[in-house]
Amino acid sequence: MAKYDAGVKEYRDLYWAPDYVPLDTDLLACFKVIGQAGVPREEVAAAVAAESSTGTWSTVWSELLTDLEFYKGRAYRIEDVPGDKDAFYTFIAYPLDLFEEGSVVNVLTSLVGNVFGFKALRSLRLEDIRFPIAYIKTCGGPPAGIQLERDRLNKYGRPLLGCTIKPKLGLSAKNYGRAVYECLRGGLDLTKDDENINSQPFMRWRDRWDFVAEAIHKAEAETGERKGHYLNVTASTPEEMYKRAEYAKELNMPIIMHDFLTGGFTANTGLANWCRENGILLHIHRAMHAVIDRNPNHGIHFRVLAKCLRLSGGDQLHTGTVVGKLEGDRQSTLGFVDQLRESFVPEDRSRGVFFDQDWGSMPGVFAVASGGIHVWHMPALLNIFGDDSCLQFGGGTQGHPWGNAAGACANRVALEACVKARNEGRELEREGKDILTSAAQHSPELAVAMETWKEIVFEFDTVDKLDVQ
Amino acid sequence: MSVTGDYQTKNTLETFGFLPPFNQQDVYAQINYMIAQGLTPGIEHEAPENAGTHYWTMWKLPFFGETDLNNVVNELEACRREYPDHHIRLTGYDNYTQSQGVNFVVFKAQGSSRAW
Repeated sequence: MAKYDAGVKEYRDLYWAPDYVPLDTDLLACFKVIGQAGVPREEVAAAVAAESSTGTWSTVWSELLTDLEFYKGRAYRIEDVPGDKDAFYTFIAYPLDLFEEGSVVNVLTSLVGNVFGFKALRSLRLEDIRFPIAYIKTCGGPPAGIQLERDRLNKYGRPLLGCTIKPKLGLSAKNYGRAVYECLRGGLDLTKDDENINSQPFMRWRDRWDFVAEAIHKAEAETGERKGHYLNVTASTPEEMYKRAEYAKELNMPIIMHDFLTGGFTANTGLANWCRENGILLHIHRAMHAVIDRNPNHGIHFRVLAKCLRLSGGDQLHTGTVVGKLEGDRQSTLGFVDQLRESFVPEDRSRGVFFDQDWGSMPGVFAVASGGIHVWHMPALLNIFGDDSCLQFGGGTQGHPWGNAAGACANRVALEACVKARNEGRELEREGKDILTSAAQHSPELAVAMETWKEIVFEFDTVDKLDVQ
Repeated sequence: MSVTGDYQTKNTLETFGFLPPFNQQDVYAQINYMIAQGLTPGIEHEAPENAGTHYWTMWKLPFFGETDLNNVVNELEACRREYPDHHIRLTGYDNYTQSQGVNFVVFKAQGSSRAW
């Protein structure tokens, strides 16, 4: 039995364990670290392990009442970051029992809590987490998932098509419902509340629910296809959130939406559980993610947020478009899109996948591409995201010279033409222009759309790129 | 720019409903894709007034293990002879995702849209 030896120890004596072989049940994390000058890497890595698990700055007697060998995080590996001499990667293993079952809140509080303010670090970024399958099994996951969502909406063999209603703010409920109806009658599957639409003086939520419900039912009856609108239940309190969700159910709405970062994971997981029990789909928006993930040295990479969302629960998650107005590196995006949809994702540093990740039978999440895209992007979007995606064109539908319905039709024609061409074996990105141009011969709506947006490209270099050779 | 056009709502039957009617070559290409992806071809049919339901009536059983395009085509034609006033849909079942990788209406009721 060890004796109590008061005083401050070096972290690396207890928390740096280069010979440790991680258990299948361990939760593993990869951090990108820039330590204070002059501090050895092992000491910095060990400090991160300690401060995100059991450590404190001074030895305490009560430590000896338990056996910290069962509970401490261990930094077991250090790697260089390609192309960066200041930063290094450290890999840390945490015992499974550090974390409450089914609580992604607890995982984040532990891994990205105090340690991020630690003075010994200049900057710290959580790059990836490997969740053990034992932990995944304790989480509810997506309320429906990709397969069940398709079954409920009766849509197969192609991506879903959506649109965020614009202008972002300021419409009355009835005018808003008009915009929704026009988009849906034109051929889109789904429309979306913009994330900052909650319940404001210019449009209260209950009135929006009423008019949108009428728009959906009318569009369904006329088109013969299933339609939905993501009613935003994000609210100031959980009670208010559930009240809005309940009324959506009363109106037979198929889908609602939540902002998982501003709403918080506690609200999100509760809402996902409610959706699962009430048979309603859940669309997830990611407002505030860029505050956390855009700086390449400090924060949390979006891939971690995406994984946490899959565990907390959501049926569709915004992942960026790669080609549109908002930032997103292609290879990195493909990596975390796999984390949302696949059952097993093998380690692949070229896509920012730091660990083999087994998701078991957890349902998948649709990747939502939204932000500054239009018909000319369709071939690239289909190629990048595949069928299990939702492509959303806000301005790219409602900015059509003939209005929303024609804009919706243009997007639907473009999408179906690309799907047909892909199935025939044609190369989408090379032949995209030809595919769209032939389709436009049979669709005046598409021809006008192509003319309207032919000059718009968003070509700025990404701020946050993968660190690969 | 162009003068504003009027958009008339279409009543469509999901995937490929917004494209011009497929010809025989188009349909064959989709069947070949389905087979190349390892999907199981299945045929279903329904009266137009019930087309909005989840379950259309199944024609025989899904053709498990079928890899010959001609057999699929023969079944499509047989179904159409039997149910001339139904829509006829081709599905491709995926037994890994338990979803359908291909799903579109090949013949519309009463020959209102004939691929061949």
